[in-house]
Formats: sequence, structure tokens, C-alpha cells
Amino acid sequence: MTTRVDFKAKNGEATKGELALPETAAKAPAVVLIQEWWGVDDHIRSILTRLASAGFLAVAPDLYDGEVVPISNEPRASERMNTLDWGRAIAQIDKGPWKEAFVAVDPVWGELDFWRVLERSSHKLTTFYLLSALDLRYDSSGHVAKTFPDQAIFLDVYGRTLLISFLVTAATLLLGYPIAHLLATLPKRTSNLLMILVLLPFSTSILVRTTAWVVLLQTNGLINDLLVWIGVLSERVQLIYNRGGTILAMTHIQLPFTVLPIYSVMKTISPTHMRAARSLGAGPFYAFWRVYVPQTLPGVGAGCLLTFILCLGYYITPALVGGPLDQMVSYFVALYTNRELNWGMASALGAMLLAVTLVFYVIFNRVIGIDKMKLG
Amino acid sequence: MALPAYASPTERLWHGVYLIVCTCVFLFLVAPILVIIPLSFSSEPWFTYPLPGLSLRWYQDFFLNERWRIAIDNSLIIAISSTLLATLLGTLAALGLSRGNIPLRGLIMGILISPMIVPVVITAVAMYFGYALVGLTDSYLGVILAHTALATPFVVITVTATLTSFDRSLIRAAAGLGAPPSMAFRKVMLPLIAPGVISGALFAFFTSWDEVVVVLFLGSPEQRTLPRQMFSGIREQISPTITAAATFLVVLSALLMLALELLRRRSERLRGMRG
Repeated sequence: MTTRVDFKAKNGEATKGELALPETAAKAPAVVLIQEWWGVDDHIRSILTRLASAGFLAVAPDLYDGEVVPISNEPRASERMNTLDWGRAIAQIDKGPWKEAFVAVDPVWGELDFWRVLERSSHKLTTFYLLSALDLRYDSSGHVAKTFPDQAIFLDVYGRTLLISFLVTAATLLLGYPIAHLLATLPKRTSNLLMILVLLPFSTSILVRTTAWVVLLQTNGLINDLLVWIGVLSERVQLIYNRGGTILAMTHIQLPFTVLPIYSVMKTISPTHMRAARSLGAGPFYAFWRVYVPQTLPGVGAGCLLTFILCLGYYITPALVGGPLDQMVSYFVALYTNRELNWGMASALGAMLLAVTLVFYVIFNRVIGIDKMKLG
Repeated sequence: MALPAYASPTERLWHGVYLIVCTCVFLFLVAPILVIIPLSFSSEPWFTYPLPGLSLRWYQDFFLNERWRIAIDNSLIIAISSTLLATLLGTLAALGLSRGNIPLRGLIMGILISPMIVPVVITAVAMYFGYALVGLTDSYLGVILAHTALATPFVVITVTATLTSFDRSLIRAAAGLGAPPSMAFRKVMLPLIAPGVISGALFAFFTSWDEVVVVLFLGSPEQRTLPRQMFSGIREQISPTITAAATFLVVLSALLMLALELLRRRSERLRGMRG
């Protein structure tokens, strides 16, 4: 139970407060409780009551002169607190020295670090999440430092994202270049037929293709069946939920994205160039490497950049085919948004991923031009 | 590619290797998809060859089970609505941007196309926060609008591509013959750019139809779409019904490919007619 009391502030002004007395002792140690920005509300009163039942004389000066801001009205609370006349409020809270009083309650108030944390958290904007997303933190002296080793996971995640994207891009180039060449040099009828083999996977849902890989790679799946049957393996091995499975499935999904731009460039290269090179005495490999390949570089650049950019944002496939250590940045953005509800962290990670993606997007736009992209 | 007559034996050998590599890559591309189709007709709930027996039970489950049924319905509702919106908005944007006098054209185009490039998780998170402010999360409208934003770039690109080969003097000719602008658009321009618009619409439809990440963020179980249902199916317990769903989707995308090919031919013919 609390009672409303009138008392005189230090500057002589009449002021009000909420008081709770302990039941037992008439003379008790006193606690001055400072209200939150909502005002002296039921919550503050309940704490006063609890302090009183613990044997303290507890008083909360009403710095808002009786106004209680509803908990839903954060803007008003913020306004009320920010326009508070602090000189008057301190007079209402009465006398110091406060430092000793605070330290007596909890030694942590005497530590500079604690006040630094308060100072940093009192701003509307904070770099905390962005720094955390880079595995950085403020150390006790307020400087930016590396975060504790057991919490430093994100640099590893970016590294992994870039590595997986790079490996997938390299694999699609390695597999895609020969078939792009074949498609571009075969007679139109045959190449149109073979093109279906590229376009069917291309137009099939990523989820369908990921399903296919999950079915194939399972420990009881077909690839294991096949390998055991041929005799390559003596017993079944885990092919899924690891890095290899992730890269395999992603390569399969991205292959058409790399092949098609390379194909469309190869299509424009006249076969006479190779014949000319050969007739001038170049060996087949020399002619291919010095005459043909340089002409395909624009297509290689477009296909690889496109695949690399798309890989950076992969979420579904690693989530279904990868293990815990194969999850890329997108997974963590989703995790912090949907599961952990740490939206600051989700946004910071998203911003990092976006920044990296945009760098490559700008390169892509400079080199190839996004509006020159063709579909179908 | 046939080898020239002067090819040396080593060259022939390498050419053979090259053909084998290409065959393997083509197999790698289509085999996973082709392999799961027969599994959807298996009579037993495990994924082995040879098939223990043939049965349509997984298709029965797919088309009759309420969870899958609702998912199909939701996917259709959301995909059709967002296709209509995206086609309308994307075509208008492409028409506007194809005029020569648009300031900051590159920037506008870049922004319009960004949903294709920006990782979809980021788009989804941004929409989640943005739509939460106006109460659009967990609603059909929210998912439809989100899919519209994702699908519009495809329409913009296809229609823009068609417009580059559109002869604007035809509009002037129509105007000269007394057609008001709306009539010139409907009777002259629209039929000529229709292949681009329709293929844009098809791309838009399949963007929404295949999309799962935005649905995971923005949709409640009530807006559970087919990909969303497949996603949780693979995560929890992979049943052969998923292979039936996958087969259904493969057939649909094959049809899409066919439709796009026919449209491309038609568009080429229309262009040929003019030239």
C-alpha cells in the first residue's frame, strides 16, 4: 500500500510523492525510487510496496506532478521525459551526494563502464548492431574492439557465404563452358533439342530441384544406392546436410544462369576465326585459348557475376540441404527476424549482405547493363 | 560441332572427351528432375529403384488432402492476383520508360529491377517490417502486394525488350488516320507488344507461384502456399506426396517453356511482318 504525500523539495517548492512505509520498524532505512518515463504508475507503486515489505521506507517523488502516461503512448512519455526540468526534478529528489548513495545500493554504479553503456544506449541511433554484425563491440574504454571469441560468428558467416558463392560460380563455369560451346556450335536443330535440357531445369521451381537433391542425397537415397551397387562405397555415407551437398545442389540450380549468357555470346562468334587461326599455323589448343576464349569473356563475366550475385542471397537450398555450418547470411537474417525476434541484428546483417550484393550489382550494371538482360 | 578433316588423332581424342563431358553435364542437369518423377508413382513410401509397384496414391493425397488443396488454392489466388497487378504496373512502367525524355531513366530502371537482384531474404525482411507498420502482415493482400513487387521487374524487362523493336511511327500513322491515343494503343500498339506482355505475365505468374521466402516472412498458416507447404514438408518429414507435387510443378514449368517458345516465335513473326 502506498500513500500520496506532500513534502517540500530542496528548493522550498511544495511537491508530491508516493510513500510506502514498512509495517514493522518505525525507523527504517529509506530508499528514494526514481520513476520511469511513464510517471509514477502502478508499476512504481508496486515496487514501493515491495521495498516497504522488505523493510525499507520507500518514497518516489512525482516528477510529472501526477501525470501518468499510458504505456502505449511512448511518444508522449519520451516528450515528457525530454522536457523535464531537471533542476527542479533534482531538487524534488532532494539531497546528495548521490554517488555514494548509488554505490551503496550497487557497486556497479561506481564503475565508469556502466555509465558508458548507459550513455551509448540513451541515443536514438546506435551502431551496436552494425558493429555486432562485424563481430565488433565497444570495449570498456569506449573504443571499438574485437568481440569476444565465443560470440564472433558473423565474419565467419560472410567468409562462408563468399566462399560457397565463389565455389558454386567456379563449378558452374567449369561445367557450363563446354555445354555452352556445344550448344553454340551444333546445328540449330540439335542445339534446340539440347537447349531443352538446359531450359527445363531453368524453369523448374528451385524448391522442386532442392527436393530432388534431398531425395537423391539421403543416406537411403539413390546416389548412395548407386555407389554401393557399383562398389565405390562399402557402406552408405552421409551425403546431405554438409558443405558438399549444398554446393552440389546450388551448382545444379545456378548452372543455367551461367550457361545462358555465355551461350548467347558464343553464338555471335563466327567459326571462321578458329579456322583462320588454324590455317595460320596455330595448334588446336593455342587457337582455342588465344582466339576463341578471349571473345567469350563478356559472356563469362556476365554469367559468373549473375550467378555469384544470386548465390550471395541463397537461403532455401542451404536451409534444406546444408548442415548448421553451411548456412549463409540470409539464413541468419531469417533466424533473427522470425525465431530470435532480434530485429536490430536482422537489419544489420541484412544491411551487410545488401551492401556486398550492391557492390557486385553496380559492377554488373557497369560491365553488362541490367536493362540489356533478356528473358526467354 | 563436327571436327575439321585435318584434325589430328590427339585432337580427335580430346574431342571425344569433350563430348563425354558435355553428356555428363547434360545428365547432371536433367537427371535429378527426371529421377523424382517416377518416384511419385511408387506404391511404397520410400525412394528406391526399381519401383516396388505403381500407384497413384501420392497424387490422390496431393489433390485430395486438405492441406495440399488449400495450398494449391492459395498459390493460385496469390499468383493470379499478383500477376494481374504486376502485368499492369510493369507494362505501364515499361511504356513510360521507353519514351526518350524520361529524366533519371537509368536510376528508375535500376530501382524497378532491384527486387530481382537484391537477395530475396532482404526484400522479405524489409517488407515484413514495412508491412507490419500498416498491418499488412499475415494477410492475403500483403503477400499479393509483395509478390507483385517481386514479379514486376520481369514484366518491365520483357515489355521493354519488345518495345525496343516497336516502330513508333505506327502510332503516328494511327493518329494521322484519326485514332485517338487510347484507340491507337488498343488497336495498334497492344497487339504488337502482346507477346512481350504475355511472356512478362507468365514470368510474373511463375515468380509468385514458386516464391517461398516472402511467404515464410509475411504469411500466416492461412496463406500457406504450395512452395511453403513443400518447404515445411521437406524440413519435417519428406513424404512421396512431395514428389507428386514436384512432378506437378515440373509439368507446369514445361508448359510454361512451351508457351514462351510459342510466344517468341509469334513475336519474331510479327517483327518479320513489319520488316
